[in-house]
Amino acid sequence: MKKFIQYTAQALVYAGFAWFIGYFSNIPQYTRIPEDLALVKFSFAHGAKPKGECHTLTREELLALAPNMRKPRSCPRERLPVKVELKMDGETLLKETLIPTGLHGDGPSVIYKRLVIQPGEHQFHITLNDTDREEGYDYISQKTLTIAPGQSLAIDFKGSGIEFVYE
Amino acid sequence: MWIEGWIDHIFGQKWNPTYCLGALGYYYFWIVSISGIYVYIFFETGIPDAFMSIEYLTNEQWWLGGIMRSLHRYASDAMVAMMVLHIIREFAFDRYRGGRWFSWFTGVPMLWMVMIAGITGYWLVWDELAQYVAITTTELLDWFPIFGEPIARNFLAPSHLDSRFFTMMIFAHIFVPLFLLFIMWIHLQRVAHSTINPPRGLAIGTFLMLLVLSIIKPATSQSIADLSTIPSPVGIDWFYLWIYPLIDIVGPAWIWIGLLGGTALLLIVPWLPPAKKVPAAVVNLDNCNGCTRCVVDCPFSAITMQKRTDGMAFDQEAIVNPDICVACGICVGACPTASPFRRAGEFIPGIDLPGLSASTLRDKVERAASKLEGRPDRIMVFGCDKALRVDKFRGKGIATVSMPCAGMLPPSFIDFVLSRKLADGVVVTGCRRGECHYRLGQIWLEERLDGVRDPRLRKRVPRERVNRIWASATDGRMFARNMASFQGTLSDLKPIDHKIKKIKDGTEQ
Repeated sequence: MKKFIQYTAQALVYAGFAWFIGYFSNIPQYTRIPEDLALVKFSFAHGAKPKGECHTLTREELLALAPNMRKPRSCPRERLPVKVELKMDGETLLKETLIPTGLHGDGPSVIYKRLVIQPGEHQFHITLNDTDREEGYDYISQKTLTIAPGQSLAIDFKGSGIEFVYE
Repeated sequence: MWIEGWIDHIFGQKWNPTYCLGALGYYYFWIVSISGIYVYIFFETGIPDAFMSIEYLTNEQWWLGGIMRSLHRYASDAMVAMMVLHIIREFAFDRYRGGRWFSWFTGVPMLWMVMIAGITGYWLVWDELAQYVAITTTELLDWFPIFGEPIARNFLAPSHLDSRFFTMMIFAHIFVPLFLLFIMWIHLQRVAHSTINPPRGLAIGTFLMLLVLSIIKPATSQSIADLSTIPSPVGIDWFYLWIYPLIDIVGPAWIWIGLLGGTALLLIVPWLPPAKKVPAAVVNLDNCNGCTRCVVDCPFSAITMQKRTDGMAFDQEAIVNPDICVACGICVGACPTASPFRRAGEFIPGIDLPGLSASTLRDKVERAASKLEGRPDRIMVFGCDKALRVDKFRGKGIATVSMPCAGMLPPSFIDFVLSRKLADGVVVTGCRRGECHYRLGQIWLEERLDGVRDPRLRKRVPRERVNRIWASATDGRMFARNMASFQGTLSDLKPIDHKIKKIKDGTEQ
């Protein structure tokens, strides 16, 4: 009888542990973004124009360099920051000045932002400057999209910096 | 301790899972490995091939592949549970400092490796949970400004996805556990006689448990990942992914502070504060014949043998590494020269504890026994500093002597007490089996008393006068009850009749 009780108790302990493992292996569920909302992921990696102009070296300047370093044109490494603004239905969702990456500031400017929005029809307006111009924009994109609940819209700047892509 | 006592009642001391949490962790690792190899045979790394291959195993080949997949998941969850319990238990019982720092320290990176292996595993299924894990993990990693381009961009939209990313993940999912196995080996380097397999009964029981769970509630995938939708809600494996919801609550910066700070804290815990340094065991070459018993019995590999340095006829001598020695005294209990009968010259065994020498122990025994009044049920209790405090039971025919570990007791001391009629009975007590603070003291002493390990308790010692009551600090009542019962037994026994003869070197036999 004692053995029977012992084995029954062991079975209960095993069952309890199995329940613990089985339950917490996927319950309770987690909701990161409620299902009735939508998401805009705004991200790109884009290198702006170099800071300053390239210039042709004079003969004296070339001779001052080591023979294997004598390139006729010299361009600055450092890049300009990228200025970007995202508006949705006229409201600014994001406005950033993105400094270039890299120890010498010669890498691309990068951004990765997640923006939770209400689903429905929205007008997106994006402007981007990758030069040092004071007025106007280097790139403008405008698009009207209907976003479904639970949709994740990615906006990227693709094609060697040609255009914004909505996926 | 009382929980372990209860589990003792259910499983018995031999099968008590709390005594072999580390071994169970190893066992689950092997189940995860074998089931993982099977799953890998059918796994494909493309998109959506990864998802489809796992679906095939789960649905088409549910009778083996599905069970293997479920075993893979549930055993890995059980491994995390064992790991956490193992850490809590070692910490609670103060088994992480002093000479044990090495095992604790090398255990910390294992936490990271197990977590990384688990996270990459969930990633590979490429269902909604995998999508959530992939995006959240890469966003967390992107908090460090070391990546030229955010790696989360790999999961921006369906067109960004590359099957080769999965090749990298499967490589990580296999390589990390292999490295984990290597660290698991390192983890036990300073643990002599380590147990890496649970008792057979427990192994069978726990495997059946996982098997039944795999059949009743097979592990399944969620919907296939789709980067154009938000994966919500997701069924999270809370053993591995508990930190993910926290990322949304506190942000990646605090998560990294918590993870790195927590890891650093765990690494330095053995020195916060460090264990009180007690003088290490000392080898006395004049009495050491290089028998190696202390080397074999040391639970922490603190003693090694080296070529004899004193010119005596023996080949080797024992040498103690004081940095590893925890001064448990188990080596003294193993030393055949630690016999209290020795009267010729000073009583110095081949290996001795400066904190409590064998000679001092003998003096303590004689002094304690001298206070016992004339009655037929006098008991000498040999106790352990890490288990039940025996001094509380002193008086009424009971004398007590406590040692750092019950395993320090040379069996000849029991013979000494009874043959010298210092007491009518001897009680040996210490940590319960599996709970020994110094791992093996209780087991070695049991084996010495049973006559299966040197030095053995002599046959002439009347066994009915020797009682073993293994008791933790919370077992006072049980101990008192057993003591009373033993005193009753002793009262009914005939007086001891020992003929002691002297041999040439003055040692009494």
